[in-house]
Amino acid sequence: MESTKKFKSADEIKIKRHVSDYIFTIVFTIICAFWVYPLIMVLINSFKDKTHITTNPFNLPNAESSVQWQNYDQAVNTKMDFMSALWNSLTITVLSVALILLCTSMAAYFVVRVKAWYTTVFYYLCLFSMIVPFQMIMFPLSKVTDTLQLNTPTVIPFVYLGFGAGTAMFMFSNFLKSLPLEIEEAAMIDGCGPIKTFFSIVLPIMKPTVISVGILETMWIWNDYLLPYLVLRIRYFKTVPIVIQYFQGSYGRVEWGAIMASMVITITPIVILYLFLQRYIIKGVLSGAVKG
Amino acid sequence: MEKIMKKNPLYFCLFLLPTLLAFMIGFVVPFGMGIYLSFCKFNTMNDAKWVGINNYLQIFQGDETFTHAFWFTALFAVISTVAINVIAFLVAVALTRNFGGTNLFRTIFFMPNLLGGVLLGTIWKILINGLLLSMKQTLTTNGTYGFIGLLIVMIWQQVGYMMIIYVAGLQGVPDDLKEAARIDGANDKEILFQITIPLVMPSISMCTFLTLTNGFKLFDQNLTLTGGEPMHQSEMLALNIYSTFYDRVGWKGVGQAKAVLFFLLVGLIAIIQLKITQSKEAD
Repeated sequence: MESTKKFKSADEIKIKRHVSDYIFTIVFTIICAFWVYPLIMVLINSFKDKTHITTNPFNLPNAESSVQWQNYDQAVNTKMDFMSALWNSLTITVLSVALILLCTSMAAYFVVRVKAWYTTVFYYLCLFSMIVPFQMIMFPLSKVTDTLQLNTPTVIPFVYLGFGAGTAMFMFSNFLKSLPLEIEEAAMIDGCGPIKTFFSIVLPIMKPTVISVGILETMWIWNDYLLPYLVLRIRYFKTVPIVIQYFQGSYGRVEWGAIMASMVITITPIVILYLFLQRYIIKGVLSGAVKG
Repeated sequence: MEKIMKKNPLYFCLFLLPTLLAFMIGFVVPFGMGIYLSFCKFNTMNDAKWVGINNYLQIFQGDETFTHAFWFTALFAVISTVAINVIAFLVAVALTRNFGGTNLFRTIFFMPNLLGGVLLGTIWKILINGLLLSMKQTLTTNGTYGFIGLLIVMIWQQVGYMMIIYVAGLQGVPDDLKEAARIDGANDKEILFQITIPLVMPSISMCTFLTLTNGFKLFDQNLTLTGGEPMHQSEMLALNIYSTFYDRVGWKGVGQAKAVLFFLLVGLIAIIQLKITQSKEAD
């Protein structure tokens, strides 16, 4: 057996390989069709009447169940005030990620370069914070942020900076530890102070890590539900995950049509963005996976 | 550089202080308060009264939901970890072969990760309820449906994420090593088990740890998919803590005590993982 297997002609192997390649492509096409189906289902149902969504989510819209763009109109204009939620999510995500990137990269630089008891303690506390589940601090945190009035979309980024510092500090410090001191020393001899050295030399070198941290924090904050739900003044400010959960609440009839439409509005730009930024997202995921 | 930055407090204020301050407010203070409050009876922050370990005792006496949630969560974490990693690994092995469309397939597998837990839970609630409708049942008919539903959601979400990590690991296995083994007469199975798997062990332990922790900490998907219904039957630890806090009057202290136990549990898993990784690195 073994010997016949070993001495197959090159042509034979090539043909076999070709056939199995096609089989693989076909099998994975089928699996991936199932994999994207849930997203297609959302799109299809966003054009259907709410009763038809729950009784038969698998059917295509027909004359009886179709409502054209009415669900979108409801989501945006009447029932959900979805656009303000989208705006809040966008504000919170952009401001928080910008704040986290700027502040934690600077803090990590200080912690790595200045050896003192307080930088060591701070660094280890940051690592420690990474394993603490949110439920551990959710109640006291919501009280603290209430007292300090950190409960609107423009100031909640400060809360994210605090709770999200762990991962970002860890990733930046890891990079900076491997950065040779000589570059900065050369800059210093040329007359650069720490601020100029950081912004014109260290930060540009750190760019790949900045992108990775940015991607990871964006994916977390954009999708986060419980922190903004407990911290924001929920009557006035809702985010996308909050409205989508809120409108499934057990009061009255659930507006499934509007929910479907708002999910389409949320998912479409994200998928498009993903197709363009895929390379960076994958890199971010991989460098984040090392955190452990 | 170090001397300049250490001497002048300006640099401390500029570089470290903003993050330090936010970290105090966003983590250190609430964490400390959380530990303290777990020994108190309270409804708001101001009426906290020290009750010693009463809250901790009450978790296991007046309330079966926590023990149920614990076993539900532990079982879920273990089963989902095995399922997700086996599937993700097989997909990764397949997608590192050279055939048409591998890039597109990877893109599609990862896609569910772009949506948050709330959207994932909502989408699958409609799908699964639509399927169960033909049997005149729903996701909240019993806890088992909830369990299976959560499993489906988490597989759909995480297979793509873990696959990315496995693909990176597999690409790090040198081709000439496999080629050499093949020339020595090893078959595909032997190459997989004796060369590939040992070499991607770091990825395997990383993914195992990630899925295990994700399983234990799962909240959003649980909240949207079943909300713990029926009667806390499909409630996991994080949701159990949440509902103890916000759905039961006078139970906040117990909720905080549960949260501390939850933190210790998750911390324990992290420490075990760290020890395993360190001992591997020492080899």
